[in-house]
Amino acid sequence: METKPRLLSILDGVTVLLLIAATGMVFLYAPEEAVMGQVQKVFYFHVAAGWVGMLGFLAAAISGIAFLRTGDRKWDIASLASVEIGMAFAFINVVTGSIWARPIWNTWWTWDPRLTTATIMMLIYAAYLMLRSGIEDPDRRARFGAIYAIVGFISVPLTFFSARLFRTIHPVVIGANQPGSEGTFDMTPMMLQTFLFSLLTFSIIFADLLWHRIRLGSLQEKVEQLKLKLNV
Amino acid sequence: MPNYPSEAQNLIKEGIPRSRSLSFGYFRALWAIVWKDLAAELRSRELLSAMLVFALLVILIFNFALELDARTRSNVTAGVLWATFAFAGTLGLNRSMAMEKDRGCLDGLLLAPVDRSAIYFGKALSNLFFMLIVEVIVLPVYSVLYNLNLFNPGLMIVILLGSIGYVAVGTLLSSMAVQTRTRDVLLPILLFPVVIPVFIASVKASSGFLQGLEMAEIWPWLNLLVVYDLIFTAVAFMVFDYVVDE
Repeated sequence: METKPRLLSILDGVTVLLLIAATGMVFLYAPEEAVMGQVQKVFYFHVAAGWVGMLGFLAAAISGIAFLRTGDRKWDIASLASVEIGMAFAFINVVTGSIWARPIWNTWWTWDPRLTTATIMMLIYAAYLMLRSGIEDPDRRARFGAIYAIVGFISVPLTFFSARLFRTIHPVVIGANQPGSEGTFDMTPMMLQTFLFSLLTFSIIFADLLWHRIRLGSLQEKVEQLKLKLNV
Repeated sequence: MPNYPSEAQNLIKEGIPRSRSLSFGYFRALWAIVWKDLAAELRSRELLSAMLVFALLVILIFNFALELDARTRSNVTAGVLWATFAFAGTLGLNRSMAMEKDRGCLDGLLLAPVDRSAIYFGKALSNLFFMLIVEVIVLPVYSVLYNLNLFNPGLMIVILLGSIGYVAVGTLLSSMAVQTRTRDVLLPILLFPVVIPVFIASVKASSGFLQGLEMAEIWPWLNLLVVYDLIFTAVAFMVFDYVVDE
């Protein structure tokens, strides 16, 4: 077994500290919003989780391109790791969004462009994982995964534009409160600091989890190779 | 790779000098693939009949699923049509690629001294033809069943653009899906999320033409369709080599 690199252990510690600090900032430092009250605080982690979801998608697409060009398997492991982590955070994004939406918009869900695109993004992630699980040959699995990551990533902006165009032309009234302005509010400096700090924290969490997952993937590969050696 | 003699295996792996650019050889190869598919289909008619019957059954199901009284009908027609095309299209894409794989045609095509993208474009074109044939038959049938005039040139253009986008991505993804264990089931799962912009734009543009909306309202959707078609045809062209690498 390879020992865990020291830098990774340090990163683990830093991540935990940042998360505690961010939680503290959200509950103790950031002021309560005038109109929405306590539930507005979901926003800090909700947006950060969404950001990581998209980051995961981007990382998967870039790793995919890198794999197709170099053929080095570590890019494939990175791609899979990004998708897995991105999917988890995209799910957190949707759930926390729903929690916020219920008291504010009086509905758990609405088909506004961002939510629609977020859902489709999660479906593309899920399809990616299903594609990989249906292929036995590791090289082919890596190639196809890379291709789908690229195709999926390119489709997301187009989906967002088409969904937004859809809503502009046909506005929809949902429930008693109209969710028109996407619930924006002016951020005081303290809120802005909390928000940016949350964003930073979640990015570090992503990097930490990614490193761990890539290590796991490399070790899995080694195990596979050892298994093959033993069988032969 | 099946038990081909070693010379053939080497040829498939390494490849032989190919007509890369848009040369005469390239187009001949492309057209040969299209012609092969059309000729095979003309004799057996298994693909078209399956797609057609399936499309009609989907329309039948929609008849009971939605209240298609005279007024709602005009709102909902575009959606029903495109849902039908999407499902029937999946069938066509699956079968078309499966036939290549199962009969070993794909390996034969890979031996040909031509750029791999010609295979992609050839398959995509033949898939497009099949989809258009089904659509051309479904439209009058729908018109008769629901007493609507669907003979609208704008609608034809939308159907063409939408089908191109659908088939461009669909051919690429079906060539991947056919090589997995969960073949038929996997294609819709891979395809539908990625093809949503085509679906939205096609339904909206079709609906616009059928309801006689101003061109200014329909243009954004047509632009979106054209952009999507261009982007994804280019992407599929660039990436197809990696799909058929052995």
